[in-house]
Amino acid sequence: MTVVVAYSPDIYGKAALEYGATEASRRNEKLVVVNDTKGDAYVDKRLAAEKDIDALRTELERLDVQTEVRQDVVPDVAEAVLQVSAESGATLIVVGVRPRTPVGKLLLGSVAQRIILDATCPVLAVKPDAG
Amino acid sequence: MGSFDLLMQGFENAFTPTNLLYACIGVLLGTAVGVLPGIGPAMTLALLLPITYSVEPASALIMFAGIYYGGMYGGSTTSILLNTPGESSSVVTAIEGNKMAKAGRAAQALATAAIGSFVAGTIGTLLLVLFAPKLATEVVKLGAPSYFALLLLALFAVTAVLGSSRLRGFTALFIGLAIGLVGTSTGQPRLTFGSPLLADGIDIVVVAVAIFAIGEALWVASHLRRRPLDIIPVGQPWMSRDDWGRSWKPWLRGTAFGFPFGALPAGGAELPTFLSYITERKLAKNPEEFGHGAIEGVAGPEAANNASAAGTLVPLLAMGLPTTATAAVILLAFQSYGIETGPGLFDSQPILVWTLLASLFIGNTLLLVLNLPLAPVWAKLLQIPRPYLYAGILFFASLGAYSVNFQWFDLLILLVIGLLGLAMRRFGLPVLPLIIGVILGPRLEAQLTEALAISSGDVSTLWSEPVAVIVYVIIGATLLFIIGNGLRTMANNRKVDA
Repeated sequence: MTVVVAYSPDIYGKAALEYGATEASRRNEKLVVVNDTKGDAYVDKRLAAEKDIDALRTELERLDVQTEVRQDVVPDVAEAVLQVSAESGATLIVVGVRPRTPVGKLLLGSVAQRIILDATCPVLAVKPDAG
Repeated sequence: MGSFDLLMQGFENAFTPTNLLYACIGVLLGTAVGVLPGIGPAMTLALLLPITYSVEPASALIMFAGIYYGGMYGGSTTSILLNTPGESSSVVTAIEGNKMAKAGRAAQALATAAIGSFVAGTIGTLLLVLFAPKLATEVVKLGAPSYFALLLLALFAVTAVLGSSRLRGFTALFIGLAIGLVGTSTGQPRLTFGSPLLADGIDIVVVAVAIFAIGEALWVASHLRRRPLDIIPVGQPWMSRDDWGRSWKPWLRGTAFGFPFGALPAGGAELPTFLSYITERKLAKNPEEFGHGAIEGVAGPEAANNASAAGTLVPLLAMGLPTTATAAVILLAFQSYGIETGPGLFDSQPILVWTLLASLFIGNTLLLVLNLPLAPVWAKLLQIPRPYLYAGILFFASLGAYSVNFQWFDLLILLVIGLLGLAMRRFGLPVLPLIIGVILGPRLEAQLTEALAISSGDVSTLWSEPVAVIVYVIIGATLLFIIGNGLRTMANNRKVDA
């Protein structure tokens, strides 16, 4: 049994991770942090740098939560999060949701939306603290 | 009229709003493609060749020159911030540049690269203005036998001196020469396979677009997904007084390395940038800093690659000899305007050439003005997903190839040679000898025919001119050296085995 967090190195991913870590320690379950990339650009700012991941690991160790961090190159990030959830028997998926402009909605799909709609377990949608 | 007056007249022409606009576009586009690994100035120019059908020669060439200089500069940004060279000429920059960036000195690394490129580019262009016309007046006196020998030297040097494997280099060269043979230019059909569609030969524009654009696009498509790299965020580039003090000497030394190597037939920017790096490491006051982000190791090589870009234009304008892939495509642009390239260019097209030279100074200044404040924007380009980029490239490549003759057959050729380009990348064959072979092969043949026609078939005419003899001696010496080296390595290997 696990809690899966869809993570990206920004305020939305951070909010999701904080809630996910709290939930995992409360439920006494393993925390799986998924930070995948499509790997089709030279730089993906939603992929955390190695030293950020190391910092993240040490921080989670302090909370005494068993953690696994995944950074895979996949064709579809939302699909990958759902697959990891199914494989690890997730009881909860935590995603950060971000505001989107009308043009952004037209051009780009939403990873969070697809996870919320297609997940087979409860999904917790988290927003960063206002202000 | 002296060179100076002609240059001033060139400035007058280059400063028209239209030409300034083209210079701006060229510089911006060049930097953009320089930043993106895999997409270089040669590919961009090949894709833009069709504009030569509708744009004035001066404007188009000004834009092309801007792309060439811009590409040299843009490559350094990627080298420094991403540790992946945007262009082959900035491989060396990545060594120290990325270390500087990791140590939090990305802004200084970018600044010394930009200002060094400007200094070297300006000095290089000045030297070009001084030397190219003089060289042209000498070369124009040469007869067909000497010219034949020079072409042979260019083909040989580009293939044998550059690149790691001679076998691969010569394979690529002969593929290129074979493609250049297709057609009926000599009266009887060669390699046309009885098809009237091949009677006019294969258009070089189609070959260039296929090799540079289609080959690269297929290559990228065949391993599309890779782990993205960690980029180092950067603000406005700037340098302290101390950085200036440490940079200006490497800039000048880099220029001294870059320009002559660019001007030699086997020039290119890889060798001088490497030599400049080694020199700076030897001369540095605190050599232990090298390997941990020494600013001298960025300043020198960056100056060298821009100076070599200027140097490359010497044989291109004075003799019609391209020594880099980008110069080869610029030569194609001249040809598609029906301008006779060669030593006569300075006499037959003085306005065009001097406007082009003047615009190089302008482009260089524009590069500095645009790039210092825009560095963070250029870094953002790296976030564009490759499928979008390469879809665009394929679209323009097909459009360009089709617009040459408006025939479906050219698209077929584009695909076939594109697949050849993919195979060459897969097996590590260099692209440059092929494209130089396609361009220079027919010219080599024309000079040979002319020389033999004048001597009414006497082969000894080929070594009847002193310049030709000297060139053959150089080729022979290089060949002996290469063979000697090869034998020594083989002997050493045998010793190791035994």
